[in-house]
Amino acid sequence: MEEKNLICINCPLGCALTVMMQGDEIISVEGNTCKRGDAYARKELTNPTRIVTSTVRVRGSRESMVSVKTKEDIPKEKVLDCVRALKDVIADAPIRIGDIIVENVAGTSVDIVATKCVKKSDDYIQSP
Amino acid sequence: MYDYDVAIIGGGVSGCAVARELSRYKVNVCVFEKEEDVCCGTSKANSGIVHAGYDAAEGSMKAKMNLRGNELMETLAEDLDIPFRRNGSLVLCLNEEDMPRLEELYNRGIANRVKGLQILDREEVLKKEPNVSEEVCAALYAPTGGIVCPFELNMALAENANVNGVEFRFQTEVQDIRKLEEGYELITNHGIFTARYVVNAAGVYADRFHNMVSERKIHITARRGDYCLLDKSAGNHVNSTIFTLPGKFGKGVLVAPTAHGNLILGPTAIDIEDKEGTNTTREGIDQVLGKVGMSVKNLPMRQVITSFAGLRAHEDQDEFIIEEVEDARGFIDCAGIESPGLTSCPAVGEWIADLLKERMGLEEKVDFVAERKGILKPEDLPEEERAALIRENPAYGNIICRCEMITEGEIVDAIRRPLGARSLDGVKRRTRAGMGRCQAGFCLPRTMEILAREWNIDISEVTKCGGNSRIVTGVNKDTL
Amino acid sequence: MKNYDIVIIGGGPAGLAAAVSARENGIDRIIILERDKELGGILNQCIHNGFGLHTFKEELTGPEYAARFIEQVVAHDIEYNLNTMVMDISREKIVTAMNREEGLFKIQAKAVILAMGCRERPRGALNIPGYRPAGIFSAGTAQRLVNMEGYLPGREVVILGSGDIGLIMARRMTLEGAKVKVVAELMPYSGGLKRNIVQCLDDYGIPLKLSHTVVDIKGKERVEGVTLAKVDDKGKPIPGTEKYYSCDTLLLSVGLIPENELSGGMGVELNPVTSGPRVNESLETNIEGVFACGNVLHVHDLVDFVSEEAMTAGKNAASYVQGRCEQGMILSREEICIKAESGVRYTVPETICPAYMDDKLKVRFRVGGVYKNCCVCVYFDDENVSSRKKAVVAPGEMEEIILTKAQILEHPDMKTITLKIEEA
Repeated sequence: MEEKNLICINCPLGCALTVMMQGDEIISVEGNTCKRGDAYARKELTNPTRIVTSTVRVRGSRESMVSVKTKEDIPKEKVLDCVRALKDVIADAPIRIGDIIVENVAGTSVDIVATKCVKKSDDYIQSP
Repeated sequence: MYDYDVAIIGGGVSGCAVARELSRYKVNVCVFEKEEDVCCGTSKANSGIVHAGYDAAEGSMKAKMNLRGNELMETLAEDLDIPFRRNGSLVLCLNEEDMPRLEELYNRGIANRVKGLQILDREEVLKKEPNVSEEVCAALYAPTGGIVCPFELNMALAENANVNGVEFRFQTEVQDIRKLEEGYELITNHGIFTARYVVNAAGVYADRFHNMVSERKIHITARRGDYCLLDKSAGNHVNSTIFTLPGKFGKGVLVAPTAHGNLILGPTAIDIEDKEGTNTTREGIDQVLGKVGMSVKNLPMRQVITSFAGLRAHEDQDEFIIEEVEDARGFIDCAGIESPGLTSCPAVGEWIADLLKERMGLEEKVDFVAERKGILKPEDLPEEERAALIRENPAYGNIICRCEMITEGEIVDAIRRPLGARSLDGVKRRTRAGMGRCQAGFCLPRTMEILAREWNIDISEVTKCGGNSRIVTGVNKDTL
Repeated sequence: MKNYDIVIIGGGPAGLAAAVSARENGIDRIIILERDKELGGILNQCIHNGFGLHTFKEELTGPEYAARFIEQVVAHDIEYNLNTMVMDISREKIVTAMNREEGLFKIQAKAVILAMGCRERPRGALNIPGYRPAGIFSAGTAQRLVNMEGYLPGREVVILGSGDIGLIMARRMTLEGAKVKVVAELMPYSGGLKRNIVQCLDDYGIPLKLSHTVVDIKGKERVEGVTLAKVDDKGKPIPGTEKYYSCDTLLLSVGLIPENELSGGMGVELNPVTSGPRVNESLETNIEGVFACGNVLHVHDLVDFVSEEAMTAGKNAASYVQGRCEQGMILSREEICIKAESGVRYTVPETICPAYMDDKLKVRFRVGGVYKNCCVCVYFDDENVSSRKKAVVAPGEMEEIILTKAQILEHPDMKTITLKIEEA
C-alpha cells in the first residue's frame, strides 16, 4: 500500500488529503472536510487532467500573438508536449474566438482553439 | 597631428560642462564615455541640489566653485532650457547645545560671500516649513539654495556642446594613457586616440587616470549615498531643501522637493571599495528612513516609489582638484568632484576652459550657439497651443507614460535629438517616461516599441542602459 | 463641448459591464473612454482560464470573458474611444481627454463612472535593496510581454509574491520555456487560490517559500541572481537565513494599487485602507453623480464580482441621471455608517442611505488575517442581527454579506452597522 498526499483545490480551506493506494486503485481518502475533496483526490490520482492555455504567433495582423487553449482538458502528462506542439505554429489573421488553430494536439484528440479575436492588418478602424 | 586638441574623459556633468565651455572656441574636442549615454555615473544619482555655499572651507576650491556655480546656474538653466528653482535651503538646529555650530556655519557662509543668509528662530522656521520637526530650535536660511534636474542639466550641456561641434564617443572606455613628448595617447577598447590636452573628469575613476600619468598619486574613495524617492503627491511636503546640522546622532539626511515635484530623501555616506557599487543596501535604506523623521514630521512613507544609490568621488584631502597636473603637462585634473559638484559644474567648465584658452591661445567662434531648446513638453502649453500641436503631429496626442503623462511625441524627440536616447534609461532621463509611480510597469512595452521603431532594431535588442542590459531574452517557446 | 449622460472612464471589465447595465436601464448617451488600443483592459493579457464561473457558469479565459461583454457593448451600440487618455475630470463633471485624432477634447457628463482599474506596486514601494539592472519586472508587465507581444522576459526566474498573478506567471513562464526556480512570499500564507498553488507551482515542482523575501539583487546590467531570506513575524529578514539563487529575472507580484489619480484630482474622497473612493449604497462617491466600480474601488480577486459590482454602478448611475439629475428627485439622505471592526479591514460601501437602497444590498469586505472556524457577525448598533459560520476566511478572498431593505427599515433609528469576525 502506498500513501499519497495532496491539497484539495476546491476552496480556500485547502484540506490536506491523505490517500491510500494499492497500485492504481484507491483504498481510502482522508483529511477532506466535504465530499468534493474525496472526488478531487480520486480524479487527481487516477486521471489528472488540465486545460492548457498558451499563445501562438500570428501573421497578417497588427497583433503579434493570439491566445489559445485546449478545447477540453487533456491528460496532465501531455501538458508539455502540448505547448511544444505550438512552438512553430503560425496562425493567419483574421481569427475568431473558437477557431481551431491545431487539431488533435499532441495526440490527445483535443483541438487547440483561439480564445481571442484577431483582426487583419487592414481591418482596423477607429471606434465610432 | 593629434586626433583631438582636447580629450575629455567622462561624460558626467563636469566633463560635459567643460565640453560645452570649450565649444565656444575654435578647438577640436572629444568626450570619451565608457557608457552608452552621458549622465551614467555620479551625475545621475545625487540630490539635485544647487548649494548656497556655506559648507566648504573659506578659500577652498570647493567654496570658490560652489559660489560661482550657484551664480552661473540661473543663466545656464535659462540658456539650456532646463528646470531650476531657487527654493531656498534650511539647515535645522534641533538642539540648543548645537547653536554655536549653526552660528559657525553662518559665519563661514558670510566669509564665503553667500548672499542673503539668515538665522531664523523656531517660529520663523515652522511658519516657513510647517512640516519641520517640532524639535527645531533655529535654522540657517539660505535663499540662494536651489534645485535642478541633474539629468537634464547633464544632457543639455552635452547636447549643446555637440551642436557646437564637440564629438562624443560612447561605449569607449579609456583603458590606459601614455605620455607622448607632447600630449597623450589614450588606449581605448575602440582603438588608440591622441590628444594634445586631456581633461580627467572621470568621477570615481579620476584617481586611476591621474595616477597613470603622475608620480604624485591621489586617491579617491567611492562614497555611496542611498536615496528614497517619493511620489509627486508628496512633493509639496516641504518647499525648501531641509538639511540638519550634524548632531549627536551623526550627519542627518536631507529632505527636498525635486525639480520635477517629487520628494527626495537621503543620502547616506558609506565608503566602499567597489567603484561600481551602486547597489542599495537594507542598512542604507533603513538609515535614510530612520533619519528623515528627525528633521521632518508626517512624511508619507507609503509614497516611496523607488530607492537608488549613487557614488560620490571623495578625494582624501576633501577638496576639488581642478588644475594642470604638475608633473604631467597638458593633463588637467577635474577630480574629487563630490558635493557640491553639481552646483559647481558651470564654474568648473568655465575655469578649465579659461585655463585651456590661455594655454592654447584659443580663439572664440563666431557661430557659437548658447541656447538649447529642451524637449517640448505639451503639458506646459496652453490648451489651444497643445491642440494645435497635436493636429500638426498626432504623436503628441498619444500618452505613453501614464504616470508622468509623457507622449509619444516627446519620446521620439528624445530619440531623434542630438546625442539622442538609445535605451529605456536614456528615454527616461530625457523625458521622465517610466520615472513615475508605476516605475514603467505600463509604459515599458510601449517605449520599447518606439525605441525599436526609431532605431530600426528588433524589440529584443532594446536595452535598459546599453551593454548586456537587454529587456527580453528571447521569444516565447524558443527553448522548448 | 460634447455632451453625454454617462461617461465611463476605462474600458476594462468594470467599464464594459457598467456601460451595458446603464444602457439596459435606459440611458442613450453613454461613452467609454479607454486608454489602450482595445477594449477589455487587463483581461486581454490574462490568457489563463478560470474566469466567468459565476457570471456565465462556465470556465473562460480572460480574452473570452472580455469578449462576452465587448459583444454586448457593440450590440447595444455603445460609443467608445480607444487610445484615449483622460487627463482631468472636474468637479462639474467636465472630462478632458486626449487622443491622436481629436487632440484635446472636453465632454460634459451628467454622471461619471470611474472604472480605471489598478496598477501594480513597483519594487521601490518595498525598498528591496540591491542593484537596479534590467530583468526586474512587475508580474503584469511580464505577462503583457509574453502573452501579447510574444517576448520572453527571461530564462531563469525568481518570483516574489504568491498572489494569483505571481502564481499564474510561474506557470506561464514555465510553459514558454523558462525555468522558475522559486516563488517567495513575505507572509506566512499565500494570497493566491489553492487551485493556483497546486496547478501553477506543484504541477511543475516549483517551490513556494513562505515567510521569505528578497534581500539583495545582484547584477549591474542584467539580473544575475537574488538572495532570499526568511523573515520573522514582523516581516524583518532573519540574518543567517540568506540563500542565493542565480537567475536572470525577478518578477514582482507584490500588490495592486487602485489608480485614483484622476479621482483624487477631482476631489473624490479616498479610503486609506482600500486606496479607493469611499462610496455609499449606490457606489456613488462623495461627489454626487460620480460612481466607482471594479478595481479602482477596491482590488478584487474574481472578475465576476467586478462585473456584478459594475452592473450595479451602471444601474445606479442610470437612475441618478433619470431621477435626481433630470427630475430633481431628492430623497432623504440620512445615512447609516458601516464600520469594519475586529478582523474586518474594510467594507464597500461604507454608508447606506435606506431611501436609495435596493431590496438587497451586497456589502463586500476583506479580512486582515486567516481565521478558521469563525463567524462573520453583523451588528445593527449594539444588536447582533446575524452570525454566519465560516470554516475559513483569508485576506486573499473577498467576502460578502447581504443586507435587506426590509431588515434595515425595521431599525429606523439605527446609526451604525458593524461587521466583525468572532470566534465560532
